[in-house]
Amino acid sequence: MSNEPTSADLTVHDGEHALPERFEDPGLGPHVARVGDTDPAAAKRSERQVVAMFGLSVLGTVGFLVAYFVVPADGTVEGVRLSNLLLGLGLFLAMFSIGIAAVHWAKTLMSDHERVEARHPQRSDAATREAAVAVLQEGAKDSGIGRRGVLKGAVVSAVALAPLSIAVPLIGEVGGDWNVSKFRHTVWTKGRKLARDPNGTPIKASEVTVGSVFHVIPEGLEEEEHWIEEKAKAVVLMVRLDPAVLKEAPERKDWSYEGIVAYSKICTHVGCPVALYEQQTHHLLCPCHQSTFDMADGAKVVFGPANRALPQLPITVDDEGYLVAQSDFHEPIGPSYWERLK
Amino acid sequence: MSPRATTGARAAGGTADYLDQRTGIGLAVKSFARKIFPDHWSFLLGEIALYSFVVLLITGVFLTLFFVPSMGVVTYDGPLATMRGQEMSEAFASTLHLSFEVTGGLLMRQIHHWAALLFMASIITHMMRVFFTGAFRTPREVNWLVGFVLMILGLAAGFTGYSLPDDVLSGNGLRITDGVVKSIPIIGSYLSYFIFGGEFPGEHIIPRLFTVHILLVPALILALVGLHLFFVVLHKHTQYPGPGRTDRNVVGYPLFPVYVAKAGGFFFVVFGVLALMGATMTINPVWNYGPYDPSPVSAGAQPDWYMLFLEGALRLMPGQGTEWVIGGFTLSLNVLVPAVVVPGLLFTALALYPFIEAFATGDKREHHVLDRPRNAPVRTASGVAILTAFFVLILAGSNDLLATHFDLAINDITNVFRALLFVAPVVAFWATKRIALGLQRKDRELVLHGHETGRIVRFAHGEYVEVHKPLDDYERWLRVQHEPRRPIEILPAEDERGVRRKGYRRDLLRQRVSRFFYEDRVEPVTPRELAAAHSHGAHDSLPTEGSAPAQIGSDGAHRGPDDEPETTDSTRIDVVHG
Amino acid sequence: MKAIAARRHHRFAPAVLLALALLLTGAVYAALAPSAASAAAPSESDIEAGEALFQANCATCHGPSAEGRDGVPSLIGVGAAAVDFQVSTGRMPMQMNGPQAMAKPPQLDEEQTRQLAAYVASLAPGPAIPTAEQVDTTDADPANGMAVFRTNCAMCHGAIGKGGALSEGKFAPDLSGSTPTQVYEAMLTGPQSMPVFNEANLSPEDKRDVIAFLEEQQAGSPGGTDLGAVGPVAEGLWVWVVGIGLLIGLSVWIGAKSS
Repeated sequence: MSNEPTSADLTVHDGEHALPERFEDPGLGPHVARVGDTDPAAAKRSERQVVAMFGLSVLGTVGFLVAYFVVPADGTVEGVRLSNLLLGLGLFLAMFSIGIAAVHWAKTLMSDHERVEARHPQRSDAATREAAVAVLQEGAKDSGIGRRGVLKGAVVSAVALAPLSIAVPLIGEVGGDWNVSKFRHTVWTKGRKLARDPNGTPIKASEVTVGSVFHVIPEGLEEEEHWIEEKAKAVVLMVRLDPAVLKEAPERKDWSYEGIVAYSKICTHVGCPVALYEQQTHHLLCPCHQSTFDMADGAKVVFGPANRALPQLPITVDDEGYLVAQSDFHEPIGPSYWERLK
Repeated sequence: MSPRATTGARAAGGTADYLDQRTGIGLAVKSFARKIFPDHWSFLLGEIALYSFVVLLITGVFLTLFFVPSMGVVTYDGPLATMRGQEMSEAFASTLHLSFEVTGGLLMRQIHHWAALLFMASIITHMMRVFFTGAFRTPREVNWLVGFVLMILGLAAGFTGYSLPDDVLSGNGLRITDGVVKSIPIIGSYLSYFIFGGEFPGEHIIPRLFTVHILLVPALILALVGLHLFFVVLHKHTQYPGPGRTDRNVVGYPLFPVYVAKAGGFFFVVFGVLALMGATMTINPVWNYGPYDPSPVSAGAQPDWYMLFLEGALRLMPGQGTEWVIGGFTLSLNVLVPAVVVPGLLFTALALYPFIEAFATGDKREHHVLDRPRNAPVRTASGVAILTAFFVLILAGSNDLLATHFDLAINDITNVFRALLFVAPVVAFWATKRIALGLQRKDRELVLHGHETGRIVRFAHGEYVEVHKPLDDYERWLRVQHEPRRPIEILPAEDERGVRRKGYRRDLLRQRVSRFFYEDRVEPVTPRELAAAHSHGAHDSLPTEGSAPAQIGSDGAHRGPDDEPETTDSTRIDVVHG
Repeated sequence: MKAIAARRHHRFAPAVLLALALLLTGAVYAALAPSAASAAAPSESDIEAGEALFQANCATCHGPSAEGRDGVPSLIGVGAAAVDFQVSTGRMPMQMNGPQAMAKPPQLDEEQTRQLAAYVASLAPGPAIPTAEQVDTTDADPANGMAVFRTNCAMCHGAIGKGGALSEGKFAPDLSGSTPTQVYEAMLTGPQSMPVFNEANLSPEDKRDVIAFLEEQQAGSPGGTDLGAVGPVAEGLWVWVVGIGLLIGLSVWIGAKSS
């Protein structure tokens, strides 16, 4: 603010005391005429341009119709792409040209003299306000709502309660059976075979080599009544780890089989399938929010927004060498919810 | 006049007469047809939103005729080799059918989805325009709220539509929604059942989303768009500051014919651009994602851009130690904070901003002339800070793509964004405020000293100065028209009798807010200051006759026919009087 | 195959197999290699040439007898498929250390790669290079391929194999430039971060179907340009650049006064 005058700078000369506090609005500037306003040839040219644009739009529509009949969507990628492109370009020409024509018309041929319209305050004037209040008061007095207390109560309760007849059945029915304890259980039971996702064939322990990853569903999942809900809870990711790197809690020693561990595939953060297994680091990464779990160390969280380790599915093998569950998960799978530990 | 034209005119007259007799429409035509609207490109941003919505309705009707909102399982037997024989919901199968076998179906689907993205993008841009120009001030606070609700409804419309094809990508989006809903204390599990009609995913969610998407939300949007526009007509449009523009008038062009042509034409322009995008750019290729199945997920699992900030917030939140168990009940702060608290704060701040600013200024007058963003430095800086936070979250939501496209480690990106989320908005606020104040000083400078002409003159006593050309009245007005805003003064805590006054604490808070807004300020030049500057530095403006300076050099670019004759001195000097 | 694959990860396997390999070299390989008849059986001279190449290009890191050392994997038992994959994609010999070995133009020609693979395969049995028949997709089912890909591959490589991020700067590469043989080899051997999908996990038919699914992607997208096929982020970026960008440009034109 080096240029701001100090009081010493204010060398007062004649008439300065009369200066107003603020500048005056100079009012609308002079109107600048367009070429078309003065040159009829230019106006004619603009008109021709507008007409040409409308003409182009007609061509676009015709092109669209031709494309529709000549290049139908035939189900192949190439055919659909061509059909989509031609129809789209036709539509683009048809629409865009109308727009450009109309705007060009408005800009070059319609009057460009600025007009001024007065505004009025939104607030009603005092008399109107008074009259409005008077009308309301009179109406209220006439209805007697102020004096008849019981009537007031009756109106309010009737109107307030009536919507319940819609709300109660709606809320009652919309949540199915409201049995939220279903979150706790999956279809895994003792002896249920682990099968490949998606084809459902059972897996032998010998097939699971170190470094490989199996996406697992319970065998016979399709026969479940609510198979998709059950699948949403029961999916499991299974790997075999080198016994040298596998760290197991003492109480879970017998939950794995010869280094084969199985964990719920549903993230404990918000429930994405955590499926991104890096075999060298044995880390499991969720592609949704990048929670990272260490498969060699109880699927504990090593990075990201998840807080809890993935639940482990205790497994073993049956007589034929197929991998089977020992039981259900020992805790609810998936994201946390209020009554999870209740 | 030809007989044909006469017939046409007569027919038009007859129709008008018929209508007016039954509706009295003449009055409406008389008052609306020549209504004045100010012209500015930024006033068209809201129109982009409106027109994308119209395009959404048109293409949406087309899509409803082919889409089957059912989760019933069917086996695909259509032409797509990568899907043949696969089990999928009818919703997904009908999406494939309308994309590959209905001529024009894919175009309508792509235009519809592009229009949805454009709808949200233009709403945000329009909101930014309204915010940064102070268009939300009295009497338009209510309309700001209407617009805000429209934005939320836009999010709802987008989200419900995105999930309809029942593909893997949107299905995982629903699963994340389910996880977020479950984290809500006490009612979370029940809310999840409420939404899905039982356990996730169930067989109800697609039909329910369909009803919300094609009936509830569009009806609400339509009603609120009507209200939004009604308010625009009622309040008359705001206008940018300039000569002749005041709070008591509106300067512009008449609705009919100029705006009918311009705004009507712009609808076709928007439709055309969307058609071009639908024709050439693939959007939401559900045939790549496949039918929903709770087991798979693909890399690049992200929502549409307007939900990306939520995704980013979820990704940034550290998980360790943020899940609390209180009395046996689980409180998942790692989900609640990013998915509920952060957007809650962001949106509440946005919705309430007009009221916060009104509280700070204590200003109850009507404002119809917009602010130049530089003239409201704290508001502009606050807006930029909110946008910066929003942008950091969007980038965080794209961190896996940043990692692959810029060869970075996802963990590093996440850690950097965790810090940036807090640092960047503060820096942005500070920098924007400084820039705004700087621009205001530049305005003052210009008003006081005029334009630089590039002409350097030397006085007889040896001083060099650059000649400045004073601003004309119109140029100057733009830079001095705004009112200086100062922090409010409040009454002391105690009155003259030493009694503590009621409402002092409220006033004190108000003063603090007001100081935050207006303590640092640059006030517009007053006539007195200009006069003083002229008398003090008169030689800046023009060489005065008394001290006839020898011009010794001039900037060639600015030389005009009026320039002084060639200099005799060979030295060129570029010193600017300062 | 399966049994050996499982056993080769036993702690003593390298030593035992090394001894075996020294005794049985060519014969064991020929006996175990699937459809050995169609693959030209490597000759003794190939193995010798391969050994020379190995000593020149690989031994610095992997050790003179391919036993590996800290942070560098042993190549005993990785099989010809792993060598062919790593060398033909240019990942090996590695240029510099980084989060992962990067694909680059191959440094050895096809003949040299075959010889090197023959040498490494001669050290101990491992997965062989898939035959032309194994990667032939004439009768394959791309729909099954897509289902398999979606469950087993898409989380890293993206819905149609355009790649994606892993942790700590690693990434799953774009598959569109890979040959069917390389795709097959990668599934079979699990290079670097990638898990192994042995023939018991994904059957040879499943692998062939996956390749068929990837081949389907060469037709491109029916909707126009695919915007990188990386999902909604790219779409969001383009709606701002093209949609809002173009429309603001046009708005400025509409709002500007005509000359």
